[in-house]
Amino acid sequence: MSRLLLPLIPVVVALIFWAMAAAERRAVGNVAHFGFFRRNGAVLSAYLLGAVSLWILLLIVLPQLYMVEFSFRPRLPPSEIGGPKDVYTLANYSYLIFGRPGDPEGYNKLHLGIFLRTIVASIFVTLLNFAICYPIAFFMAKVAKGGSMRLMVLALIVPFWVNEILRAFAFRILFSSGGIFNTVLLATGLVDAPLDFFKSDIALYAGLSYAYLLLMIFPLYNAIEAMDSNQIEAARDLGAPWWHIHLFVVMPYAKPGIASGCTMVFMLTAGALAAPQVLGGPSSLWFTQVVYNWFYQAFNWNLGAAYAFALLIACVIFVMVVLRLFKVSLGEIAK
Amino acid sequence: MTSKGIFSFFIGFYLLLFFAYLFGPLLIMGATAFNNSSYPQLWPWEGFTLYWFIKLANDQAMLRGIGNSLLVGLGVICLAVPIGLAGAIVMTQIYWRARALYYLIVVSPLLTPGVIIGISTVLFWRQLLGANQPLYSGYFMTILGQATFISAYCMLIFLSRLQRFDRAQEEAALDLGASNLQFFWQVLLPFLRPAVFSAAVLAFLSSFENYNTTTFTILARTTLTTELAGRVRQGSNPSLSALALLIITITLIGAILYEIYKRREDRREKARAAVAAAAAEAEGEPAIAAA
Repeated sequence: MSRLLLPLIPVVVALIFWAMAAAERRAVGNVAHFGFFRRNGAVLSAYLLGAVSLWILLLIVLPQLYMVEFSFRPRLPPSEIGGPKDVYTLANYSYLIFGRPGDPEGYNKLHLGIFLRTIVASIFVTLLNFAICYPIAFFMAKVAKGGSMRLMVLALIVPFWVNEILRAFAFRILFSSGGIFNTVLLATGLVDAPLDFFKSDIALYAGLSYAYLLLMIFPLYNAIEAMDSNQIEAARDLGAPWWHIHLFVVMPYAKPGIASGCTMVFMLTAGALAAPQVLGGPSSLWFTQVVYNWFYQAFNWNLGAAYAFALLIACVIFVMVVLRLFKVSLGEIAK
Repeated sequence: MTSKGIFSFFIGFYLLLFFAYLFGPLLIMGATAFNNSSYPQLWPWEGFTLYWFIKLANDQAMLRGIGNSLLVGLGVICLAVPIGLAGAIVMTQIYWRARALYYLIVVSPLLTPGVIIGISTVLFWRQLLGANQPLYSGYFMTILGQATFISAYCMLIFLSRLQRFDRAQEEAALDLGASNLQFFWQVLLPFLRPAVFSAAVLAFLSSFENYNTTTFTILARTTLTTELAGRVRQGSNPSLSALALLIITITLIGAILYEIYKRREDRREKARAAVAAAAAEAEGEPAIAAA
């Protein structure tokens, strides 16, 4: 059934475009304005519409919608799919909150705890990231000159083409019991036995904040770079101390960039899988690991989809609330 | 010492610290590849060896993973670059009231956690194709899943280049009798050529290093990153460090080559602008230097 609908999709998109063009013609009046098809010709129009509709519908929108729909259905053996038991249910979501039906605890303490920890730790990592990156972004935008600037950009980018697993692996080597930190601590006599950086999650937080540095620096850099340096000069001439200048002049101006960087880092950190798998302690999980286990250890894809969707919704709501608090619109971020 | 001197001292110190944080872990990992010890560590140093590189070269599972990663990367280039190009062109032409919504939709995969993109791709396409179809394979699913968000990167690259495109060129070409296709092949694509190149490189690299989406979409097969993840979780040996060192070296060479290419391109563009200005002057018209 769904396979038969597939060829209809480009037609639907073409109709939507045609309707939009008609609406525009009515609004503007048909003043020497090329329509989409006249401007591009048949072949190009087909390519443009085909590629974009494939992307938007088959890769972005429909899979997301299907995942949501899937998460509201129970897990059934193949023979019963579409049968009388295949009804919409909130069971998968209630499992996340209340646990197995009839559980004496009443709440799914384990998974809710992991969920909360993931969100809180992501906030912490995002703030840490901002603190590390702001001085660098400011330096690049206002102090560094042409040549050294280009070199810095290159130096920033290169580490990020090493894949996430190996980057996490590098931190594993650093923090292991024979790693450089423990060696130094033992040699100086600060500790008697090697510290377990994995169990205390220090290794995880260090690895996570390292993983997305670049995505914080560039939005910050773009925002600060666009600022008129005279504003800083003026503030300085009026006798503002340096921290006043940053807190009350640069940061308010760079707010969209700050919001954009923080949003990206937060979303990616909360959705990270590689670093927690490699650097997480044996007893503490990241929420994405729970999702992964539902999929590939328990093979309960419906429950996994529900957990994944819950994570996405929580992150989006959180980001929206923070943006509202800081009075930044989504449009400003997208820039 | 003046307050300004102290300040710049602190800035220098901070920069040093930052780049140590950026490169330190990678350098130490690279160095452990040469240590003759069974666990990747720098201390105690048990002698210089190239054994781990030889071990890596004979590691069949790892080589298979690299092969699959290359294959998927090429597939992603073939899918994401044309989609990104179409997405960018449509962006410049779309009915302005729909533009914000359109932009939000096509950029949303960049903000969606990769895990979720992977899950939704597998679920949807398994339903669409049927689980027993040959097309429902790790390769195809991974290419689709990765192309979902890599197309958005490509689109952003094309958009920034298209912003510098002069619409007058399009009108001139069409007025002189070029068909839409001729305009596309002979005017627009040559103008976008550097962007096509950048988009292809970026698409390949993002595909090659992706883990979160791939681990869900690769199904029964492995790519380099999923193979690595399995190894690292099992405990590890320095041949992983050797691999990381190779990747860093290749990336560094690639980045330097790209930088050289870009500088040459910039210089050529500047030269072309200078020639055009000189020609305009020779015809007795004032060159529009300010424009």
